[in-house]
Amino acid sequence: MTSQNTKTEMLSGAAMVIRALADEGVEYLYGYPGGAVLHIYDALFQQSKVKHVLVRHEQAATHMADAYARASGKAGVVLVTSGPGATNAVTGIATAYMDSIPMVVLTGQVMSHLIGEDAFQETDMLGISRPIVKHNMSVRRPEDIPYLIKKAFYIAQSGRPGPVVLDIPKDMTMPNERYPYQYPETIKLRSYNPTAAGHPGQIKKAVTALLKAKRPVIYAGGGVIMGQAAEELTELARKLNYPVTNTLMGLGAFPAADRQFVGMLGMHGSYEANMTMHHADVILAVGARFDDRVTNNTKKFCPDATIIHIDIDPASISKTINAHIPIVGLVKPVLSAMLAQLEQKKAQPDTQALATWWQQIDGWRTVHGGRYDSDTPVLKPQAVIEAVSRITKGEAYVTSDVGQHQMFAAQYYQFNKPNRWINSGGLGTMGFGLPAAMGVKLNYPDADVVCVTGEGSIQMNIQELSTCKQYGLGVKIINLNNGYLGMVKQWQDMNYESRYASSYMDSLPDFVKLAEAYGHVGIRVTKPEELEPALEKAFAHKDQLVFLDIHVDPKEHVYPMQVPGGAINEMFLSKTKRT
Amino acid sequence: MRHIISVLLENEPGSLARVVGLFAQRGYNIDSLTVAPTEDATMSRLTLVTHGNDQVIEQITKQLHKLIEVVKLQDLSESAHVERELMLIKVKATSNEQRDEVKRCADIFRGQIIDVTAKTFTIQVVGTSDKLDAFIEALKGSAIIEVVRSGVSGIARGEKTLAL
Repeated sequence: MTSQNTKTEMLSGAAMVIRALADEGVEYLYGYPGGAVLHIYDALFQQSKVKHVLVRHEQAATHMADAYARASGKAGVVLVTSGPGATNAVTGIATAYMDSIPMVVLTGQVMSHLIGEDAFQETDMLGISRPIVKHNMSVRRPEDIPYLIKKAFYIAQSGRPGPVVLDIPKDMTMPNERYPYQYPETIKLRSYNPTAAGHPGQIKKAVTALLKAKRPVIYAGGGVIMGQAAEELTELARKLNYPVTNTLMGLGAFPAADRQFVGMLGMHGSYEANMTMHHADVILAVGARFDDRVTNNTKKFCPDATIIHIDIDPASISKTINAHIPIVGLVKPVLSAMLAQLEQKKAQPDTQALATWWQQIDGWRTVHGGRYDSDTPVLKPQAVIEAVSRITKGEAYVTSDVGQHQMFAAQYYQFNKPNRWINSGGLGTMGFGLPAAMGVKLNYPDADVVCVTGEGSIQMNIQELSTCKQYGLGVKIINLNNGYLGMVKQWQDMNYESRYASSYMDSLPDFVKLAEAYGHVGIRVTKPEELEPALEKAFAHKDQLVFLDIHVDPKEHVYPMQVPGGAINEMFLSKTKRT
Repeated sequence: MRHIISVLLENEPGSLARVVGLFAQRGYNIDSLTVAPTEDATMSRLTLVTHGNDQVIEQITKQLHKLIEVVKLQDLSESAHVERELMLIKVKATSNEQRDEVKRCADIFRGQIIDVTAKTFTIQVVGTSDKLDAFIEALKGSAIIEVVRSGVSGIARGEKTLAL
């Protein structure tokens, strides 16, 4: 940065965009050029600090940036052109918005004087993106660019994170018009000031309620991951010896291998997690939002529970489920304050009640316990995930698409660390998995990065195999190929007497040849005994993308599955058994 | 229940669209909406009349608060407040009898006749929304040609303020 003594630098709007990103510490920019952003691309070309990744479709750029944010906690950055470039980014922006992921999306726009005239490649990106962003802004004067970029990062990354769109009309980036450049170090807004620490009185109340509990449970969500509070959460849970369940977004917030972990809860949560929740007398909800895939019927939700709810977003508290002890604040400082109070109080939880509670939970563990029919000649998708988990020791970054394979990955991969499980939980975006894996692999080149997908989802962004080749992204694709849109088929089996309306995937490509055509390694697995050797071989290719096309049982369903309209403890446990 | 929510909003392009969009996206009701800059031109004051149960109103205020451009807000209906709405109403007034009747009615409601032609009266009435409703009701006998209402503006009574 320029020191105060030196003369202020004069830069064009385009150069300011790139320079501001560099000053913000951005290493990678994911994008696709086009008319409205050509000045910016030219500025990008003339420096080497910010590196650009050229995707094959703008949606992939947003997912790459999004996955980088999920793995690192820092905002990912996207650059796309106006019109179709911007609209192609919409699905990725909505994906990030639903999961509260920090992202800064720079969209090109037609020249200011053409706005509103239906100019070539003009769309009202501010209008289009308004419902799916934390905030959006437009550049009106080139000299505002550094401030607006700082503001975008500040808003995206503070409070409850989310995507911010900055729309840049082409005439704001003219290469020959120069303006003084200074990147602000901090920013203060009179209208935006998110709370950080929780209310001390509320925290005290929460600790007292927690210690009085006879059947407690800790329900931790994505807020713990994005709030970088997995350590505090784990410490608190261990100190109290309370059971922990994670949401789909919260997997890894508490180690799956720990005895206190009862599994994921919700629609496809474990039997023991859902039972523990239903019978709890105190629920400590941390960075979770009681979403409909968790609560099932809200009227029947956890009838005996006193609910303590920690969340950075006041609007998430008592939105669907009334919280008895709400705490608005960042989960990290709030959990730290709770730990400090526990320390100070020297009070102990009710060990006797807790022993009885654990006995009951351990009993529930024996009921279903994630069992599936493994004694078959056809390969089971669950077995594939278990094998991947074993081989990668639960330490890989696992991205997924959406459907049965996503639920199998969530259920059977043992996530012991936060930020390792990367999936589109809120929006449920098919096509997310491969670009997400690419975003992680690019930033963590030494880590194992696995994309668990299906033959339906993978084809939604299959073109990115080309980007992988260009940037040498050695992700491992686990394609659970059952020839059907598995989750759609499962619902059709359960609710539509197996009328498979458009859920059969006819005319699938030969994925092995396809991978090879893009310059990668393809391996097909059709029998159970081929699985382990194929996985060993795939992970041995450190720097190469390996596409494992694994043919799995098309008849398999995901269980447990909550009974529609029921309480959280009402589940189908197999095709023939329900609670 | 009916609520009057007052919002201080950054006077920036698109900020009003964000407020209105929020109501549309989340299925909240807007009964009336008024907006204009305050004495500080960088800020607008918006008065919004809505209705819903306590839970819905709580969500509305929380969601409004989340909008980056919302500086402050207040649910006026939670405490003592004054509310006013302005209405301009054009009625047919041809016969002497009709003209007298309309004038009498306007006097009762402390309305002012602000435009007159041989065939019409235009009356301005200020008051609570209920009063304006009552005036329309009272004129039902006469032929109402056109009604335009400003929507409610409100302010808290006494020391309570909504300002920076």
